[in-house]
Amino acid sequence: MDGQLIELAYALDTFYFLVMGAFVMWMAAGFSMLEAGLVRSKSTVEILTKNIALYSIASIMYMLVGYNLMYPADGNGIIPAVSFFLGGDNDAADVIASGGEVYYSALSDFFFQVVFVATAMSIVSGAVAERMKLSSFLLFCVVMTGLIYPIQGYWKWGGGFLDAAGFQDFAGSGVVHLCGAAAALAGVFLLGARKGKYVNGKINAIPGANMPLATLGTFILWLGWFGFNGGSELMMSNVAEANAVALIFVNTNAAAAGGVIGALLFSKILFGKFDLSMSLNGAIGGLVSITAEPLAPTPELAAIIGAVGGILVVISIIVLDKSRIDDPVGAISAHGTCGIWGLIAVTLSNGDATLGAQLYGTIVIFAWTFIMALIFWGILKMLIGIRVSEEAEEMGVDVAECGMEAYPEFKK
Amino acid sequence: MKLIIAIVKPFKLDDVRNALSDIGVQGITVTEVKGFGRQKGHTELYRGAEYVVDFLPKVKVEVAVSDEMSDKAVEAITQSANTGKIGDGKIFIMNIESAIRIRTGETGSEAL
Repeated sequence: MDGQLIELAYALDTFYFLVMGAFVMWMAAGFSMLEAGLVRSKSTVEILTKNIALYSIASIMYMLVGYNLMYPADGNGIIPAVSFFLGGDNDAADVIASGGEVYYSALSDFFFQVVFVATAMSIVSGAVAERMKLSSFLLFCVVMTGLIYPIQGYWKWGGGFLDAAGFQDFAGSGVVHLCGAAAALAGVFLLGARKGKYVNGKINAIPGANMPLATLGTFILWLGWFGFNGGSELMMSNVAEANAVALIFVNTNAAAAGGVIGALLFSKILFGKFDLSMSLNGAIGGLVSITAEPLAPTPELAAIIGAVGGILVVISIIVLDKSRIDDPVGAISAHGTCGIWGLIAVTLSNGDATLGAQLYGTIVIFAWTFIMALIFWGILKMLIGIRVSEEAEEMGVDVAECGMEAYPEFKK
Repeated sequence: MKLIIAIVKPFKLDDVRNALSDIGVQGITVTEVKGFGRQKGHTELYRGAEYVVDFLPKVKVEVAVSDEMSDKAVEAITQSANTGKIGDGKIFIMNIESAIRIRTGETGSEAL
């Protein structure tokens, strides 16, 4: 290829990468709306504060150290070399000299990666909603996005030992979603259920405040997921790569649709009613399920993988509820249970994947994140506490933690 | 003079208003209220768990009428708010000691 063509391809791939990254950034809005819709109105301001703060903390921590830990210049496969701050970008002469080997901007890679960290952290915020101390959550966010997430990311995407073991995770059913869910589960374990959720052996429903917002949030996440999976192809400047990105879009959409239909029908059979909030979780479950391998399956298989994810979400939510694990938005089920299913489902279509390697990666990511999260939540619990007072919880964390209400002009 | 307080289903409010207008009632006061009767609310389903909605939304209509209008007004409300199903509501009637129109200072039935 001549130099100008290489530069043009570089510009196109970088452009595609940045736009896909911006789509993923928009998922932060999706999580905010989904979570705001599924909590009570007295916890709205706090969950929105949490969401915009965690996105910002993730952006800064990953820029300072996280990105370098995940993609280190050096490392032994388990422990990456430590360095700080972002490096410079590629020189035009070097790009041309590489003959197309270097095909996107280094900073566009950082941008695409940083929005993934924020996604992992967003998963945690919904599960611990309505009862966690905001300050403890934000301190945990620093550790999660600066250390816990990047290390396990290095093991797979940074070329560490999970990658060497043949573990397959295309866009992060494990690295992003299972990781976020494992940290959430550890937090919920130490935090306990919302007051009034489980009383005298009975499970009390605590309905979400705003179903239109939850639905909008789900659609935003669905949109963002085209960037999440589509961008993870990393290249689109030739026919084969462009076709691959198109197939990923089609598969991602089919899996989400399958997830909704799976959850909708399954909830109708189980409860006798069409359950909207379960269907929304079904969409997320379907998306998470296809994230580990959105390229190899046919669209039909993608829809089936998603539908199984949608059914699993419903089962998982019921089982967690029966186990007294209070997850107000179903994040642990949609991202954790479906994350594991997604990693296993890779073996259905990707010939390079083995069940052994997939289970190995699943266990390593879960164990690392869960144990590290348990340690840091535990330290925070001892030092400053992680739960608001009973009085604050009854009054609502909006007023207790943020000093304001979401809808001050509506009085009950 | 009588004060008629009717608790009715919200979607029946327009019918009640029209029925009262038709018999010559000059004004009503409406409040959105919540409460329960013999059925004690109803159950709804969220993520597989049933929960009881203890207080159902209703509309409270207050009408002040002269003694001779009272029976007609009650009949108008009874007919217009009736669906034949559980939860149609109740009507309470009280005596009014006095009434005053603020703008003119008129009192008694003149003020209604």
